[in-house]
Amino acid sequence: MTESTARVEQAALETTRTDNPVLAVLRTSLGRNLGLVIALLLLCVVGVATAGDRFASTDNVLTILRLAATIGVVSIGMTFVITGGGIDLSVGAILALSSVWCTTVATQELANDTHWTVMVLAALAVGGGCGVVNGLLISYGGVVPFIATLAMLASARGLAEIISDRKTQIVDVPGFQEFFTREILGIPFIVILFVLVAAAGWVLLNRTTFGRRTLAVGGNPEAARLAGINVKRHTVYLYVLLGVCCGIAALMIISRTTTGSSTHGGLYELDAIAAVVIGGTLLSGGRGTIVGTVIGVLIFTTLTNVFTLNNRSFSEQSLLKGAIIVAAVLLQQRLASRSST
Amino acid sequence: MSLRPTHTKFGAGLLAGVTVLALAACTSNESGDDEEDLGGGTSAAEQGSNDEPGDTVVIGFSAPAADHGWMGSITESARKVADQYDDVDLRVAEGTNDVNLQISQVETFINDKVDAIVLLPFDGAAMTPVALKAMEAGIPVINVDREFDDPNAARVTVLGDNYGMGVSAGTYVCSQLADTPDAVVAEIAGIDSLPLTQDRSQGFEDALGECGLDVDNRVAADFTVEGGEEAAANLLQAAPKIDALWNHDDDQGVGVLAAIENAGRDEFFMVGGAGSANAMRSIQADDGVLKATVIYPSTQAADGIKLARLLVQGKSMSDLVEVEVPRTVQLYAPVVTAENVDQFIDTAFES
Repeated sequence: MTESTARVEQAALETTRTDNPVLAVLRTSLGRNLGLVIALLLLCVVGVATAGDRFASTDNVLTILRLAATIGVVSIGMTFVITGGGIDLSVGAILALSSVWCTTVATQELANDTHWTVMVLAALAVGGGCGVVNGLLISYGGVVPFIATLAMLASARGLAEIISDRKTQIVDVPGFQEFFTREILGIPFIVILFVLVAAAGWVLLNRTTFGRRTLAVGGNPEAARLAGINVKRHTVYLYVLLGVCCGIAALMIISRTTTGSSTHGGLYELDAIAAVVIGGTLLSGGRGTIVGTVIGVLIFTTLTNVFTLNNRSFSEQSLLKGAIIVAAVLLQQRLASRSST
Repeated sequence: MSLRPTHTKFGAGLLAGVTVLALAACTSNESGDDEEDLGGGTSAAEQGSNDEPGDTVVIGFSAPAADHGWMGSITESARKVADQYDDVDLRVAEGTNDVNLQISQVETFINDKVDAIVLLPFDGAAMTPVALKAMEAGIPVINVDREFDDPNAARVTVLGDNYGMGVSAGTYVCSQLADTPDAVVAEIAGIDSLPLTQDRSQGFEDALGECGLDVDNRVAADFTVEGGEEAAANLLQAAPKIDALWNHDDDQGVGVLAAIENAGRDEFFMVGGAGSANAMRSIQADDGVLKATVIYPSTQAADGIKLARLLVQGKSMSDLVEVEVPRTVQLYAPVVTAENVDQFIDTAFES
C-alpha cells in the first residue's frame, strides 16, 4: 500500500468518527432499512384503517406470512446472487422443475418404500443441480448471467413439462404432508422455515468469510481475485445456494398445494428481484441486505393482502407495485448520496 | 350499474394510485350500452320468486388471471350478476395464475368468514387443500370449471361439457357433410396436453364416427391468437383441400381466421368453439367461412354466484322438485348457427 492511499483511508476513518450522530445512525443497517420499515408500517396503517380487525387478526397475519414464505426463501437466495454481482432469471423455472421432479410416481414410490425425506433430498438436489449448471456456465463458460439463466428459465420449465407431461402431480406420501403442514405453537411450519432460512442467510452474509467474499466478488471481482479469492468457484457457490433455496421453496409449494406442477412459480423471478432491489441490495453487486429483502417481500405480500381485503382487484395492484419499486429506489439513491457526502 | 366497485373507505396512502386508476378508467373502452342482462336480480323480482331480496350474502370470488377473452368474461359476468342483486356483497380477489397467491386469497376469505366462496382454480388439484379447509370451516365452496380432486372440497360444482362440445361440433359437421362420404375434416385443438382438450377431441372423433367420417388433419395451438394463426397456417399448407374445420377456441380463432384469409381459402366451412361475440357476429353476418360455433359458457362463474346466493339463503332451484341446491350442475354445449345466433349473442364474451 502506498503512502498516499494510506493517508486517504486515514482521512476517511477520521471523517467517520467525527460524523454527526444522525448520519451515523443512517449508516447502520437499521438506518438503511428505516425507510422500508416506515413503508411497511404505513401499509399496515392503511390495512388497519381500511379493514380494521380483519387486517390485524392473527389469522390474517399468518395468511400474509404463509404467502411470503415461498417467495421469501427464493428472495433470500437471490440476495446472495445479486450481492455477488449476478442475476438469476430462472428461479421460478427451477422451482417448477424441483416440484415436478420430487413428485413423480418414481420418486413417490421410492419415498413410500424408504422415507419421505427422499422427496426433500430430491427437491434440494434438483435445485442445487440447476444452480451448478447456471454457475458453471457463468463462471467457466463465460456466459453473462442474464443469458445463462434465461436459457435455464426456458429449459428447466420445458424439462418440467416433459417430465410431468404438463399434468398436475398429486402427492400421496404419508409423513411428508404432515411434516410440512404442521404448526408449532400455532405458527405454520413453512413460516418457521422461512424465518430459519432468513436467519441463516443473515449470519452467512454478515458474520462469515463466505459473506465477506460475496461482497468482495460483487463489489470488484478483479480486486477480489487479486486478494486471493477464487472468484469463479465462489460464483458457482452463490448460484448453487440460490438453487437450493428454490428447492426449499418448491417443498413449501408442494405442501401448500399437495401438488407438483410445471406451472408452479410463474414469474417468481420478477417478484424476487423486485423484493431484493427495494430491500436495498445494489443490483450492480457489492452491497446486500437480508433484512431489507425480508421487509421487501413483506411489503409486497402485505400490499396484496390489503388489496384483497378491500376488494380491489386486477391491474391496480400491479400499477402500485411498479410505483413502489420506483419510489424505493429513488429514495435509496437520495439517502445513499446524502450519507456519502 | 357500474362495473367498478364503489368504496367509501380506502386509505389516503393509496389515494394517488387510485386517482390515476380513476383517470385510466375514463379512457377505457367500456361503453354504456353493452351491459347485457344475465337474468334475475332483486330490483324486478316477483313476489315469492328466488330473486326476492333476502339476507345479505357475502361471497368471495377468485379466478385465474384474465389473460384471454373467455377468462376475462368469467370475472366480468360474475360481477354483473352480483351487481343485479342488492343482497349480494361480492369480494373479488385479483385474478392470478400463481397458486400460492390464489391459496392466500381463499385463506383471506376464510379469515373474513364470508358466507360462500366461488372458486375457479388455476389448477384444481392444487387448490383442493385450501378448499377443504374452507369447507371444514363451514363455508360452502362452489367449484367452477376446473374440478378439485376431492369431492368433499366443494358443495356445488359447475362445469362446462368438454366432451359434449366435441360431440356437438362433430354432429353439426356430420349434418352438413352427410352427402360427401370422403369429406376431409380438419381440427385445430387447444393446448394438447390438457384433459379438456383431450375430452373435446374424443367427443369430436366419436360424433364423426357416427356418420362414417374421421379427422384427416389435426394440429394443436395454445388458445392464443398468435398460436392459432401459426397452427392454422401450417394446417392449410398440409391440407390443400378441406371440407370442414373445427377450431376448439374462438380466442385462438381470431388468428385461425386471419391465416385462412391470408391463404385465400374459402372452399370449406369452419365451426368455432367457446362462443365469443365476434365469432357470433361473423356467423350472424355470414361474411366468411365461420358458419357455427359451439358454446362453452363463460357465464359459469356467474351461475356459481347465483347458486352460492341460493345456498346461503336456504333456497333451492325453483324449477326443480329438490329441496336443496344440486351437487353438480353441468352446462350444455349447444351449436350456434345463423338461425339461432340471436338467442346466444347477448351472453357471448368479447375476445
